[in-house]
Amino acid sequence: MRLHLNGTGVTMRLMGWAIALAAAGLTPAAAQAPAGSPATNATAAAPAAASASAPIVYGSVGHQIPNPKIGMPQPGAIGIEEQVTPIGHEAEHFHNVWLMFTITAISIFVLGLLLYVIVRYRRGAHPTPSRNTHNTMIEVVWTLVPVLILVSIAIPSIRLLRHQYTPPPADVTVKITGHQWYWSYEYPDLGVSFDSNILKEKGDPTLKPGDRYRNDDDGPPLLAADERMVLPAGKVVKFIITADDVIHSFSVPAFWTKLDANPGQLNETWVKVDADKTGVYFGQCSELCGARHGFMPINVEVVTPAQFQQWIVSKGGTLPGAKPAAAPASAAAAQPQPAQAGDANAAKPAATNQAATAQN
Amino acid sequence: MSTIPADALKLKEHEAHHDADHKPGFFVRWFMSTNHKDIGTLYLIFAIVAGVIGGGISGIMRWELMTPGIQVLNLSWPIGAGAGATYDEALHHWNVLITAHGLIMVFFMVMPAMIGGFGNWFVPLMIGAPDMAFPRMNNISFWLLVPSFLLLLGSTMVPGGSGLGAGTGWTLYAPLSTSGSSGPAVDMAIFSLHLAGASSILGAINFITTIFNMRAPGMTLHKMPLFVWSILVTVFLLLLALPVLAGAITMLLTDRNFGTTFFDASGGGNVVLYQHLFWFFGHPEVYILILPGFGMVSQIVATFSRKPVFGYLGMAYAMVAIGVVGFVVWAHHMFTTGMNVNEKMYFTAATMIIAVPTGVKIFSWIATMWGGSISFETPMLWAIGFIFLFTVGGVTGVVLANGGVDNYMHDTYYVVAHFHYVLSLGAVFAIFGGFYYWFPKMSGKMYNELLGKVHFFLMFIGVNLVFFPQHFLGLQNMARRIPDYTPALAYWNKVSTIGYMVTVAGVAVFFVNLFWSLAAGKKAPNNPWGEGATTLEWTLSSPPPFHQYSTLPKID
Repeated sequence: MRLHLNGTGVTMRLMGWAIALAAAGLTPAAAQAPAGSPATNATAAAPAAASASAPIVYGSVGHQIPNPKIGMPQPGAIGIEEQVTPIGHEAEHFHNVWLMFTITAISIFVLGLLLYVIVRYRRGAHPTPSRNTHNTMIEVVWTLVPVLILVSIAIPSIRLLRHQYTPPPADVTVKITGHQWYWSYEYPDLGVSFDSNILKEKGDPTLKPGDRYRNDDDGPPLLAADERMVLPAGKVVKFIITADDVIHSFSVPAFWTKLDANPGQLNETWVKVDADKTGVYFGQCSELCGARHGFMPINVEVVTPAQFQQWIVSKGGTLPGAKPAAAPASAAAAQPQPAQAGDANAAKPAATNQAATAQN
Repeated sequence: MSTIPADALKLKEHEAHHDADHKPGFFVRWFMSTNHKDIGTLYLIFAIVAGVIGGGISGIMRWELMTPGIQVLNLSWPIGAGAGATYDEALHHWNVLITAHGLIMVFFMVMPAMIGGFGNWFVPLMIGAPDMAFPRMNNISFWLLVPSFLLLLGSTMVPGGSGLGAGTGWTLYAPLSTSGSSGPAVDMAIFSLHLAGASSILGAINFITTIFNMRAPGMTLHKMPLFVWSILVTVFLLLLALPVLAGAITMLLTDRNFGTTFFDASGGGNVVLYQHLFWFFGHPEVYILILPGFGMVSQIVATFSRKPVFGYLGMAYAMVAIGVVGFVVWAHHMFTTGMNVNEKMYFTAATMIIAVPTGVKIFSWIATMWGGSISFETPMLWAIGFIFLFTVGGVTGVVLANGGVDNYMHDTYYVVAHFHYVLSLGAVFAIFGGFYYWFPKMSGKMYNELLGKVHFFLMFIGVNLVFFPQHFLGLQNMARRIPDYTPALAYWNKVSTIGYMVTVAGVAVFFVNLFWSLAAGKKAPNNPWGEGATTLEWTLSSPPPFHQYSTLPKID
């Protein structure tokens, strides 16, 4: 039994790699890079990620100090976290303005009716009950009015779904893999990959000597991780999400993003963080995945595109434009940022690929 | 000479006694029962015991969540991890608690109380039948539940992966429940569900046969009390949904033990397939949990408003509609599994449609009260509380129905708050309402009205304090099924735990009332509720004779 299960795990991991390679091959940016580079870079990047024992410079890219007012739960707050993506803005507006208004109005209406009949028709005030048990008109009304209310909810709701599933061409692709109990992030086009583990508290009995423990500059307790996914602000980022053991769920509330990481499947979604919303955004695994389900946080650090390139290089990655192998870029080559230029060049074919995969 | 007629009379009396009220001895009566009222009583006792265990488990969970940090899971508990447990064992214990809480409350508290308890007791009484159609099968239904419950409790004491017990959540998602949980605990939980499912399917067949074939002369389907309608719809849902669960968990079992790969991608399976099968059962299941409550609330509201139910046919067919539509909305539990946009749009729209028949029911209850002459005995308080709190739980359901919005709330405490509003504050309020409503009929004793009201108000405040703040926690993204949280979430968690304490005080008052009334309650008349109580059970004595309706009642 055990042997069989182990065998399964290995097969699945291999399959995962095969699928990942195929998916990476779909993105034109990867196609421009030398063949097989995602795999080789991924293995090469492993030692780079392991060099976490080097002193952390807070404030540097990858270790920016989070703003405690955004991207994480607020003490005693009752509403939705501040949103920093176009989808998040649309959904938050739909929820806060229309849904909240509607459900509050309905609840208060029902409460009001109940209080009215309680007072007006209590036995002391109304000793003889009426025998009225039918009124076709009112029955039609209370069937049709809810239908109209639901239609008024369904229209913006379906529109939101359409927008969520219409991704613009991606500038950066990140492959996210959930494990028991940590996340790993891979930038297949840029040759960067690393694991991201929870940062334990200083007094934690399970902390091994010499291990790095959480500092307030890393983020709030239980939500801070040792390594962060770093993304460029204002750019479209495609997430390819999977898992290699049980189901996990990748969730970043400030992006209005939550998508399950299913072993043996690739789920895809996208975000585009507002250009002015650089910062650190926290989330956590959102599907029960075993003992430490509550202890695999997600940290996303959003930086300027220039800082992003700097971070990629510092992680041992390669910027696609830096290679002479890049496809001829006529107008785009003039732009100062080669990474984006290369991707902008690839915009047309990428759009078709995504339309197909978003409906997987 | 004079002795002979007396003897003859005595003999006759004895025969009559034998017909109506001759009860078998203790063991035969309670362990080999074929009497629907006794089996109903057994179910109610079972549900109360399971409810105390399931509610106790939620107490451990709220205690752990009262403040940030792990302070309770590493203590010694009768189930799961003990003192000296490793870090992972203590955390696994949390998952065992949530799993046990969910399964116990769904399969061993709400369902036995509503269908097995009140259904068994009052469906035959209300339709004018002497008993259920298959009395021995009725007994098997109950006695399958006992080993089922023991298997579930036993599963918490055997290895289940990271620690003792099945830590998969009540949904048993693969692959956490297959390759993710070694040891016999999950197998025991699966067998427990198999038995509970078989018990419910047998019960469902029994109810369908009884309701279709054993109505008294003149009791047409369109004259049946709404509680009987609600049970009829419920048992059809059981009959159609439970085999799907049985199939799904059998596939789990073979994936676990016999090397099949139904839910394992490396062998050509699909992890999401399990979720489709589970929720094809699971969504009708949540209506199974609430529909009998709808029926009870209808009876209670009509009784205490002294008015027949408003829009009877609309009420009956609203339940049928909820049952039918309930079968085609399951994937709204799976909005984040990566389904495509067309599926999401369909399940968004279909889910919202359920709000329409539900709205019809809410408004019809209010219209029943409208123009009535309402008195506020304890059952009516529970019914009114049910109507409002179910509305609150219903509208958050409309929010969650939106596939695009659910991305944010999915698997957070917002969902926990939503389904506890419809179940813990909906179904449980209906159960308490039904219990107080029928307690005089079942026991022959009146309950204490003051204690009943104290119980209601304590619990109304308590459960709202527990669950309303959980909406806030969910919107601030506190994930479900986590034993510890970041300190920013501490405030509302503390409020929630305080609410739990108030709720426990309310439940304590319930038990005082229960035992005091059984021991010293006033004798209940046939119909303690007056002219509003028009269903057949109120024409019988309280408690009813051991066998009722030896002459069938006629309904015109």
